[in-house]
Amino acid sequence: MQLTDAELVHRCREGDVEAWNALVERFSRYVYAICVQGFRLREQDAEDVFQDVFTRVYERLDSLRNDAAVRPWIAQLTRRLCLDKLASGSREEPVEELAPSDDGAMADIEEAFAVREALAELPEACQEVLDRFFAKDESYRTIGAALDLPAGTIASRISRCLRKLREQLEGRNEA
Amino acid sequence: MTRATGYHEERLGQLLSLLRPAPEGWVQAATELPGARRSLDEIVSRAEQDIEFRGALVADLEAALRDEGVAPDPALVEALRRRFQP
Repeated sequence: MQLTDAELVHRCREGDVEAWNALVERFSRYVYAICVQGFRLREQDAEDVFQDVFTRVYERLDSLRNDAAVRPWIAQLTRRLCLDKLASGSREEPVEELAPSDDGAMADIEEAFAVREALAELPEACQEVLDRFFAKDESYRTIGAALDLPAGTIASRISRCLRKLREQLEGRNEA
Repeated sequence: MTRATGYHEERLGQLLSLLRPAPEGWVQAATELPGARRSLDEIVSRAEQDIEFRGALVADLEAALRDEGVAPDPALVEALRRRFQP
């Protein structure tokens, strides 16, 4: 059973290193996506912001008033640091014009996070095949070799797992 | 945030593609923050008590760290530089 965000934050505050690793693991893709997809930062700038975000999260975790709100807190911090980074590289543009590439991209990232949370509730085999195919761009052949499955069965497994994922999401919404 | 209806396979695929893994080195550096912070605290504490060590830090930060058997990790060096060097 996965820890909730609030439980994770609580354990991090108590100095639990494993909890910190889990927190970084949980939010690293999210922070990365905001930097490179939401704000289209260059790789070096994205890396600076990424490290800065986690450094500040680590240093300021005690100041978080609502442990369950760690994700919006991280999102806000990341957006602000992305804006600072853009502003420092482009003195001629007013900061308010250095918005994310478009609001739709940020909304999609939020929605993608919810989909990943639903994915985490599926069997591990489904999580792995969907992550490898969609997020890591691996081919059927590569996935088949890694999972010791014939490449021909990967497409049907992806389709089956997507169906399960949709059911999971629809179940959440009904709940 | 989840939508009430309308997830189809293509859309789910697009959303799964959005959250790609961050580069491994970035994630590793972030997970090492607690250890780096402990190293920083230990070095700062020692520098506050040991004038000679503090002088060595100010003169050549990386060399002083190496002499102590501490890897001069860039984040650690930067934090110490802010703290001790003019």
